Amino acid sequence: MPPPVPEQLSKTIETLYRSESGRVLATLVRLLGDLDLAEEAMHEAFAAALESWAQTGIPEKPRPWLISTARFKAIDVIRRRARFDGAQKQLVAHIESRGGNEGNREEEIDDDRLRLIFTCCHPALPPEGQVALTLREICGLTTEEIARAFLVTPAALAQRIVRAKAKIREAAIPYEVPGPHELPERMDAVLQVVYLVFNEGYSAAAGAEVTRAELTGEAIRLGRLLAELQPEPEVVGLLALMLLQESRRAARTSPAGELILLENQDRTLWNREQIAEGVALVEKALQSRGFGSYTLQAAIAAVHAQAASPAATDWREIVARYDQLVRMQPSPVVHLNRAVAIAMRDGPEAGLTHIDAVLENGDLANYYLAHSARAEMYRRLGRTAEARSAYEKALALTRQEPERQFLQARIRQLK
Amino acid sequence: MAEPAHSAPVPPIVDEDKTMKYVCLGYYDKSKFDGMTESERSAMFDTCLEYDDHLRANGHWAGGEALQPAETALTLSRKNGNVVTTDGPYAETKEQLGGILVLEARDMNHAVQLIGQHPALTYGNLFEIRPAADISEIVKASEQRRTNDHR
Repeated sequence: MPPPVPEQLSKTIETLYRSESGRVLATLVRLLGDLDLAEEAMHEAFAAALESWAQTGIPEKPRPWLISTARFKAIDVIRRRARFDGAQKQLVAHIESRGGNEGNREEEIDDDRLRLIFTCCHPALPPEGQVALTLREICGLTTEEIARAFLVTPAALAQRIVRAKAKIREAAIPYEVPGPHELPERMDAVLQVVYLVFNEGYSAAAGAEVTRAELTGEAIRLGRLLAELQPEPEVVGLLALMLLQESRRAARTSPAGELILLENQDRTLWNREQIAEGVALVEKALQSRGFGSYTLQAAIAAVHAQAASPAATDWREIVARYDQLVRMQPSPVVHLNRAVAIAMRDGPEAGLTHIDAVLENGDLANYYLAHSARAEMYRRLGRTAEARSAYEKALALTRQEPERQFLQARIRQLK
Repeated sequence: MAEPAHSAPVPPIVDEDKTMKYVCLGYYDKSKFDGMTESERSAMFDTCLEYDDHLRANGHWAGGEALQPAETALTLSRKNGNVVTTDGPYAETKEQLGGILVLEARDMNHAVQLIGQHPALTYGNLFEIRPAADISEIVKASEQRRTNDHR
């Protein structure tokens, strides 16, 4: 291959960085046993590529070239350190003896990535450290990009990452996929991090914050990766759930940035491709045994996504899914959502009975959504005074501005 | 329309979003440095300069200078229309700014990692890492204003 033009080459390498750095890093972590060292060596290998490939052309298989170059760079780094610290000499010998498994086999690379995800989401790390580390080491986002998305300063975010890495070193958290009896619980933790990343991007109401939209994109990308590596029902279910939620993005906010409720959304704005993929994944997850709450939530989202209008929604199906969800996750909030679904199926009278039963348990007495749901039932029954008093109760319990505006508007309408 | 008085192109600080520049301010304890023997100093310089070479070789070095001691400095200000000069600064703290290193790094944590290995740290020195600010928008707006003024 003829030597490429420098500008072209730098573009090619940048594209390669975006697509391959996650894989290269994960394999280097296995070969070198140290995240920091692997990262440094990887950056240096990409820098070396710019110089070397200008002369030799781009190798046919860039990834093995990068991994093997990075490995030699790492050995250089340790040799340099060894001059101040004798203990490093053993490390050089250790890395050299392991040889250069350049990760030609795809499954091996997949395993490397999975290992690194489990390390980044290790329960010994604080949750915000898990999220930051996963986005940086697995998704390849920069410190500055993550800081922007979470509305913190780069210096603060940089420290989270430094501390999380220090913890991995000090606690000697291994780079490995947990054994079979630990796996389900640890996988739950990984899924939680992914869902946290997604929700951070999703719950930002204002449509202007582009970086937040990127977070939902990154979470879906991670979800896909996990579903490829470990196609367990709940992993697939979470991916489906995220796709189905994301499909409504364009319809969720008005041009002025106000939240639009599901029943008032313009359904032609929903993303059909994401819905089709999400629905197919839910069906797959539901067929297998061992699906859980992510899959059930996705199944409920799928019913909404497939309804042509709010009136055409299959509330029977939704109540049935909530019945299953309540058995699996008997939290008051799930009970409340089930009660609202029953109201949609059987009418406000029935809904009110169920909501009052949930409230009698006491857990949700200060939860504004419970009171606002109750108010909604009274409103539909034409019991204006009771509706207003329940909305006022809800208003007293929430501080979120878009919600407050919504409730105040409802109260005005009832006067 | 008149030509702008001067229109020097402003080099971007962020190079096609691949790397960013970080200015690393190195602080040292002068009394400690003064107390070192000649051979101790040589050893420190050798290891530090060798690491700087390593940064250069890998494309992370975007420039840097060591500074003469703070007592060689001159501080300028303007008072009642006159330029006023004072000696110093005389640092209140024992740490003095000893040098500046401009680093090319992919992100803040990459910069932390590169500077974290600098041998200067093992001699009790400190580094402050500051991301370089991209003022290209300010420069552009300013050039616009000055062009209009010269019309």
